[in-house]
Amino acid sequence: MARTPTRPVRWLADGTGLVAFVLAAFPVYWMVNSSFLDRNEIRNPVPTWVPFGGDLDNFRTVFASGQFVDAMKVSLMVTGLTLVVALTFAFVAAVALSRFRFRGRLSFIVTLLVIQMIPAEGLFISQYKMLETMELLNTVVGLTIVYVAGVLPFTIWTLRGFVEGVPYELEEAAMMDGCTRVQAFFRVTFPLLAPGLVATGVFGFIQAWNEFTLALVVMTREDQRTLPLWLSTFTDVNRGTDWGGIMAGSTLIAVPVIVFFLIVQGRMASGLTTGAVKG
Amino acid sequence: MSRAARSPARAPGATLPYLLVAPAVLALCLALGYPLVRQLFLSFQEFGLAQQFGRPPEWVGLANYRELLADGYLWRVTARTVVFCLVNAAVTMFLGVGLALVMRAMSRPVRLLTQTGLLLAWAMPVVASLTVWQWLFDTQYGVVNHVLTSLGGDFEGHGWLLRPLSFFFVATVVVVWMSVPFVAFTVYAALTQVSEEMVEAAEIDGANAGQRLRHVVLPSIRPVLLVVGLLQVIWDLRVFTQVYILQEAGGSARATNLLGTYIYRLGIGGGDFGTSAAVAVFMLALTVVLTAPYVRAMLRQERGVA
Repeated sequence: MARTPTRPVRWLADGTGLVAFVLAAFPVYWMVNSSFLDRNEIRNPVPTWVPFGGDLDNFRTVFASGQFVDAMKVSLMVTGLTLVVALTFAFVAAVALSRFRFRGRLSFIVTLLVIQMIPAEGLFISQYKMLETMELLNTVVGLTIVYVAGVLPFTIWTLRGFVEGVPYELEEAAMMDGCTRVQAFFRVTFPLLAPGLVATGVFGFIQAWNEFTLALVVMTREDQRTLPLWLSTFTDVNRGTDWGGIMAGSTLIAVPVIVFFLIVQGRMASGLTTGAVKG
Repeated sequence: MSRAARSPARAPGATLPYLLVAPAVLALCLALGYPLVRQLFLSFQEFGLAQQFGRPPEWVGLANYRELLADGYLWRVTARTVVFCLVNAAVTMFLGVGLALVMRAMSRPVRLLTQTGLLLAWAMPVVASLTVWQWLFDTQYGVVNHVLTSLGGDFEGHGWLLRPLSFFFVATVVVVWMSVPFVAFTVYAALTQVSEEMVEAAEIDGANAGQRLRHVVLPSIRPVLLVVGLLQVIWDLRVFTQVYILQEAGGSARATNLLGTYIYRLGIGGGDFGTSAAVAVFMLALTVVLTAPYVRAMLRQERGVA
């Protein structure tokens, strides 16, 4: 806004902004803060607001149990595999959608939109039965199959936007200069797409890394848990919950995600809204 | 105008684009299409514990549905889900749009601070944020009880998850906290596009701040408000993780089930796959009904561009 608001209005707005900041950021702060507090401070009826003099014991406990590391391995494998498969499939599909007109193109786009409306809870019973039949319950491959389908529509949608952002005239110019169509695409368009691919990949990573519902359904065995599952069962051991340990675990899971998210947020926010509003 | 309109139509033979979309189509058919069909079949079958141990499923026609629709519990869960969804979507929209409007009047440093806070909340993984909120609302050592007690309330040892209403209050706090940033950022971005001249013209014509907001600013961001609002409805209709984890932490599942957790507890928890598949089909139908207007609007736009 170009116009400057009057002074009382600005004070009121700034006051609201500070309250909003505290409400939004405090839980994140509290997670990190608690992860440094020892058992006695956690159980003190008067909260310890700052972690000065705290230590890393909670983090040591988390790593010592070994379950965290096991869950991280499963999470890394599922997330990595999902990303490789989904990005490859989505990329070639996005190229088809933005560089070719073909019969069924519009129906495919509409299907992608409709799929994004489907709640995971509406299908997980039969996905569970399917993976049971295929003997893929409690396997990385099984969870990857449902994750790929989960992130594909969004990934195709965003990548298509990025491909369309590269003018086709550039490829035409390259073809005039003697490139074949395929060469033109890989020498001209593809390098320009790299940032879009990275951003979409990071976003897919965050989705798969955080996913809880399908993991809960597919990975029922304790040694096949992903990180979110591990964290949720951590709190499940109710009586005398080790809040320090839980907060250390949460911090370990959340910090990489927050960092990644902050890096790609600007790019994806524009992609998200353009994807949602126009084709 | 989309690029596709100008790219060469069907140049290198008509099969190449089909080959390119084939992997994605096959993956979606395998992981979503096939289960969808199988779920329809499953919902017409008696498929309980006996079938888990090898007895072939028995076709029962509409019996699962008839049984469900006659059961008052499904309707209670459905009503709960819809009310929870609408309350959460409304509160999220109110706070998000309000914050976006107020953000315009903030001084630059405060606005940046507010946006940083919102980004942090937005970036938090769901399960991590749930553990933190549980810790904040903890009966014995939670900060919420401590602060409310020191403000003069009687909240010492207050158990937030025991009563359904207060259970859903906590769930709403978590859901709204996670959802407001997306709304605030998207609406704020839309607000920066509102024509300055129009607002000024209205001011010269004597419109006060409230009138300018109602008659100029909000109408010009109407399309964005609609999309964001509908997305909230879709997302809040499928709240699962928050409710499931809070239930595990001490809520009564029967008194707090939403459709998603009900399906899970019937099927995966209770082994009654036939009935839970019927509830799932019911939930899909409900989603279609509630989102049809949105899909139609998107379709119209897509036709317009492509």
